[in-house]
Amino acid sequence: MKLEILHELNAERAARQPAILVTDTESGEQRLVKARDFARDPLRAELDKQLRMGKSASVEAGGKKLFLNVYAPTAKLVIVGAVHISQALAPLARSLGYDVTVVDPRTAFASPERFPDIPLVAEWPDTALPPLNVDAYTAFVAVTHDPKIDDPALLHAFERNCFYIGALGSRKTHAKRGDRLRTQGARESDIARIHAPIGLAIGAVSPSEIAVSIMAEITAVLRLPPKEKEEAA
Amino acid sequence: MLDRDEDILKAAEDWQKAGHGVALATVVETWGSAPRPAGSSLVINDEGTFLGSVSGGCVEGAVVTEAMDVIQSGKPRMLEFGVADETAWNVGLSCGGTIRVFVEKVG
Repeated sequence: MKLEILHELNAERAARQPAILVTDTESGEQRLVKARDFARDPLRAELDKQLRMGKSASVEAGGKKLFLNVYAPTAKLVIVGAVHISQALAPLARSLGYDVTVVDPRTAFASPERFPDIPLVAEWPDTALPPLNVDAYTAFVAVTHDPKIDDPALLHAFERNCFYIGALGSRKTHAKRGDRLRTQGARESDIARIHAPIGLAIGAVSPSEIAVSIMAEITAVLRLPPKEKEEAA
Repeated sequence: MLDRDEDILKAAEDWQKAGHGVALATVVETWGSAPRPAGSSLVINDEGTFLGSVSGGCVEGAVVTEAMDVIQSGKPRMLEFGVADETAWNVGLSCGGTIRVFVEKVG
């Protein structure tokens, strides 16, 4: 690998920008394709697919054997609300490979006894969220049931273009939430991005089961191609 | 996280800049129950120090030896390990898989 390519790749990774290294395994020739350049690449279909799956693979194109090595940032999960569901959700998400942070200004909830080994920020969203570098590789869930905490958190998630945004609450609760967010300047398209009621409909009852339904939904949004995603929703 | 190769590529760059000969070995194909997926990598310097893995530890020794040659020659090389291959059996990929490993010089 040429040093320039290695340097460029490390810079993309440090910036949490996805990229794919394409290697001709016979000649050893290489090029780095940044995700923002996929659309004008002759291999765009393959690049899109491998990045979505987060999987490196060998492909054949134009009579050449190419290895596509995928460098995708580690997905993050930000959980706003240190509630019972979060106690099940945080370790589950971590076992799926997410970097997890729990935010809740209520110190009785955000206590290390309730969340052993999970990074906790006991601050209001306005203070807690900016340093977390919430980005397009972040799944964001708001589960406090308290508009004073959930609403500003959701506004932050819209702004940062999170790949998944979910909020706890019935359809009725969600309709009211939509009204509140609109008055705070949220666009219709932002509100439409919220998955609410949160999680896939699997009849979840216990906090652990709800955690499974949330992670299943996040996985579907992360991995399914856009068309199948619509069908699953 | 253990499933990230972050430190490996960082080490590759750091070692190269420190004046070491460096090679990178990457799993490019797997069949059967290979222990590490395609994209897993291992970085080696000319002192034989290495980071990362391309298998569960069974073929790393052989990969490091080949990588030393690649650092010398500068020519990339494709290695294959599997149960059908006697050498592979000897180096111990007994988990029932086959892997192909691309070894290239850095820089």
